[in-house]
Amino acid sequence: MSVASKNDKIVNEKIVENATCTFCGCCCDDITLTVDMDKKVITKAKDACVLGKSWFLNHVIEDKPIARIAGKEVPLDDAIDEAANILMEAKFPILYGMSDTICEAQRHCAPIMDDCGGTIDTTTSVCHGPSGMAFQGVGEPTMTLGEVKNRADFVMYWGGNPAEAHPRHFARYAVTPEGMYTPNGKDDRTVVIVDIRHTKTAGVADIFLQLTPGKDFELLWMLRAACKGFEIPEDCKEICGVDKEVVEDLFQKMKNCTYGVIFFGMGLTMTRGRHFNSGALMALATDLNEFTHFVAKPARGHGNVTGADNVVSWQTGYPFGVNFSRGHPRFNPGEFTTVDTLSRKEADAALIIASDPVANFPKPAIDHITSDKCKLISIDTKNTPTSEAAHVSIQTSTYGINTGGTVYRMDDVPISLRPAFDSPFPSDLEVLTKLRKKVNELSKKANRPYSTKKYM
Amino acid sequence: MNNEIRIKNGIVFDPTNGIEGKVGDIFIKDGKIVSKVSESAQVIDAKGMAVMPGGVDIHCHITGPKVNLARKLMPEDHRLDPHFKTPNTQSGSGGIVPSTFATGYRYATLGYTTAMEAAVPPLTARHALEEMYDTPIIDNGFYVLLANNLFLQSLIAEGRNEEFKEAVAWWLNATKAYTVKLVNPGGDEPWKGHKNLNVKDIDDKSKVVDLSPRKVIESFIDAVHELGLPHPPHIHCNNLGHSGNYDTTIETMKTAGDRRLHVAHIQFNSYAGELGKSPKSASKEITDYVNDHENITCDVGQVMFGKAMFMTADAPLTYLLRGYKKEKWVNADTECESGCGILPFDYQGMVYTHALQWAIGLEIFLLSKDPWRIVLSTDHPNGGSFQNYPMVMKLLMDYEFRKEAMKHLNQKAMNSTILGELKREYTLNEICIITRAGPAKCLGLKDKGHLGVGADADITIYDMLDDKEEMFNAPRYVMKAGQLLIANHEFISDYTDKKVLRVAPEYDRDIEKVIKPFFDDFYSVQFANYPIDDEYLHGTGVVIETKKKKSIHENK
Amino acid sequence: MKGQLILIPGRSSKQGVGLNKGKLKEEYIRVTNTLELSAEDALENGLETADIVKISNHVGETEVQVKVLKEGKLPVGYAFIPYGPPSSNLFDGETCGTGMPASKGMTIDIKFIKKGVKKKTKLPPKTAIG
Repeated sequence: MSVASKNDKIVNEKIVENATCTFCGCCCDDITLTVDMDKKVITKAKDACVLGKSWFLNHVIEDKPIARIAGKEVPLDDAIDEAANILMEAKFPILYGMSDTICEAQRHCAPIMDDCGGTIDTTTSVCHGPSGMAFQGVGEPTMTLGEVKNRADFVMYWGGNPAEAHPRHFARYAVTPEGMYTPNGKDDRTVVIVDIRHTKTAGVADIFLQLTPGKDFELLWMLRAACKGFEIPEDCKEICGVDKEVVEDLFQKMKNCTYGVIFFGMGLTMTRGRHFNSGALMALATDLNEFTHFVAKPARGHGNVTGADNVVSWQTGYPFGVNFSRGHPRFNPGEFTTVDTLSRKEADAALIIASDPVANFPKPAIDHITSDKCKLISIDTKNTPTSEAAHVSIQTSTYGINTGGTVYRMDDVPISLRPAFDSPFPSDLEVLTKLRKKVNELSKKANRPYSTKKYM
Repeated sequence: MNNEIRIKNGIVFDPTNGIEGKVGDIFIKDGKIVSKVSESAQVIDAKGMAVMPGGVDIHCHITGPKVNLARKLMPEDHRLDPHFKTPNTQSGSGGIVPSTFATGYRYATLGYTTAMEAAVPPLTARHALEEMYDTPIIDNGFYVLLANNLFLQSLIAEGRNEEFKEAVAWWLNATKAYTVKLVNPGGDEPWKGHKNLNVKDIDDKSKVVDLSPRKVIESFIDAVHELGLPHPPHIHCNNLGHSGNYDTTIETMKTAGDRRLHVAHIQFNSYAGELGKSPKSASKEITDYVNDHENITCDVGQVMFGKAMFMTADAPLTYLLRGYKKEKWVNADTECESGCGILPFDYQGMVYTHALQWAIGLEIFLLSKDPWRIVLSTDHPNGGSFQNYPMVMKLLMDYEFRKEAMKHLNQKAMNSTILGELKREYTLNEICIITRAGPAKCLGLKDKGHLGVGADADITIYDMLDDKEEMFNAPRYVMKAGQLLIANHEFISDYTDKKVLRVAPEYDRDIEKVIKPFFDDFYSVQFANYPIDDEYLHGTGVVIETKKKKSIHENK
Repeated sequence: MKGQLILIPGRSSKQGVGLNKGKLKEEYIRVTNTLELSAEDALENGLETADIVKISNHVGETEVQVKVLKEGKLPVGYAFIPYGPPSSNLFDGETCGTGMPASKGMTIDIKFIKKGVKKKTKLPPKTAIG
């Protein structure tokens, strides 16, 4: 259902050029928005994809309270005080989410947890967290997306479905654009898709490899071995579902291209092998540099999950799953990551920012976060199962639509947002600035040594 | 609130104003040094202590995209060196690439109050500015990578000099940079576009545009000179790290003629010997040239043993070095602009090349005659952490200590250098020059690096200790813009009102019409979204005046 | 094997569009309640599009509506479901020290519950999205 019917005449119209869509990690910054300033709706989002259009056009200012405690409307400052007190008094407070807000707001998150000796984690841990771990192990040759547009003559997607998750990835960056050394667009590129499903993405492939599910590592390792001069095994088909000849041909194409790139998705990180899969892929891209220039890049999901990674890394040294209970950052996936702290019923307070674990997390984690053992605080722009289950719930305005700020595209390129219209709701930045100040005051007052956190 | 401070009876080192270890008072008001303060001023008794301007690091890698990739790469290193929270400061991680908070605090605890990030690609300059905002205490600025910018190269190749100059000015403004950084000019295109090749020589023509590195270097020196930037082009020469490269370095310096040029981490470009074989020292040849040419300034890039991290826009070099140990490695290409390589490294005293690099750096320090034009740096973290600075100072100030250190290093390397014969010992005043007054002057920062009236009250007070490493490792007091941050070696407050130093040369707006079509065709962001607006300076931006100068000693 | 499949949850553009409208809205709920099966598996299990089935594993169970895909879109033995509350009911909290639950490739039992009503799964009229 459309928010504004097409025939309505807009009296007070505003055009926003070069606006950025923050729905997915592509962060396309070439959208032209037409805004009805009276009704406070976006009526057109030129050049946006199906996801982008639905992101912009469905945004309405809803009539709902800014802040609620236990379901009852309260002034914002009361909700912030309550949240700060909960976090300071908790034995194992956690902060999770952050991928759908601006870096300026994300910057307040680690200091809040630093002050209350808690744990900070981003949606990375259930997305490309394993790729982050693999990166720590093997590094990664990588690039900005413009390099792919200008140079890549070999483009591969592995375990991802950009046609549905990043709809403009093909046209804007990787498959069809005409670049400096790829003047004929797709004709200058070999496009390879590796997946277990024949998705919409597979449709663009010059070569589609339908892999036996769970056998990504095996195929990656065969290609790595090929880089070192080993033959593709005879029983290749039995191992991974792809014919030996197809893999041999693929390897030759990888080796002989001028600029090769592999984008990879959660088909690698969420299946058996997790970080070993991502690591094998990054190592393969590294190996191929013996022959030619080769790069790889995880196709990140949410609008600013890459920003969250960057901010948490520059503030703490680690990208996600960071605990401050000993007075300094410690990183340990599996221990300080949110699915684990919740499933093990350790967290007794949870500040969830711009994400929705109650809808997406494993059942044991949801059971705990919605139980009375864990005080839930939600800061979000929309009503979600998480905001509805929260003890303290704060509604904020939406980044890229109501507020400006910085987001990082999936290739670590920072982009400034151009908001369309303002919102009666406070921004994440405003709320988190206040919360950080409050928590800092309480922490100075409490002046407790960090070792008193019971968990330790 | 009274914001006046009187530092009483300190032994003042202020080489810029000709004061060399004289007992006296320093007065501070409203963040600046003044000629007197009222009776009610806070008094710091500095009797028997050395009072110096805050340190200025002219070349380090502490903020921005490549730094953050290196941070992410090293959890095992952070784990060994936690940076604890205090009631006044935030926690962080240390190691060879510390987190932003830890970086700011740790510079301060060495008495440094300004540090310039030496290499940022324009496309990701926002990132560098964002990290600077999260790096407490120290003032920052950054040098923007332009030498491998394809659009600028095409203007050079087509001889469109005037437009080139305007475009350089546009880029400096668009990114809020301090000066132009040239890294391995001409090397990116063979690397990215021709299966990982590199340029071999300053006169080697790049395969893509008919353009030699020398022509690129010359054009930037011309343009920056014309624009009158406070600091000249900051160059990472071709062939860095290769045996026999000193020739390229001297040719690069010659290209400048009598115009100013800053050669970064010159130690890495002072090697004799044959390409592909073990290096020899060419410190003599290099320092001879530098000594004779007042237009050249340089920082040393001293190698220190232990952990390091290669983190450079010179991607082919990093890949070459990766070949030795096949360590984890990052390469990051930035469209139309730059390359980047990252590789963890370990300098070992028993390895010939590493020991020789260490010796060459010290030789350069000891052979150079004008301390104002040679700056202390380790090219952090490429030659070792900035946290090694006090140790470098001790090595320079103590001949016996140097001799002792040499005994424990690779003897073949030690025997092939003249280091053992160099008995020079730096004085405290000279140390003050190479770490404060000199770099401030090289950068054209009039308000930093000295203690004269009107200077920023960035001040360090050290106990006078015999062991100079110990002395410089722990100042008793550190003050930033007149605010006392460290007293009796402890942080007593946090300081977040740091400044971002930049230039804003004027340019003809019409140049945007020339640049835009290239963006539309080859960049992946919109032209309109590329320039960085003032919000990213958070009101902390300081524009340094642009004015032509032939040497840092001009107008002395 | 009859009655047993391997479940692959993932993103889809419909799920993304639904998410923008609101997670408490009908469209999102419907999309995330749709289980896609290969034609072969549907035949073997006697299922057809719109059937309501119960899928379960050691973690939990949930009821979803079946959508049968054309041949070759999905390997035999596998089922796809967009991320959402129903798929969450089957995720195990165990992350094997990574923070990442094994959210793809879990073995599930599938059981017919009742015939369902065929709902339009098409996107809403164009005006809404462009």
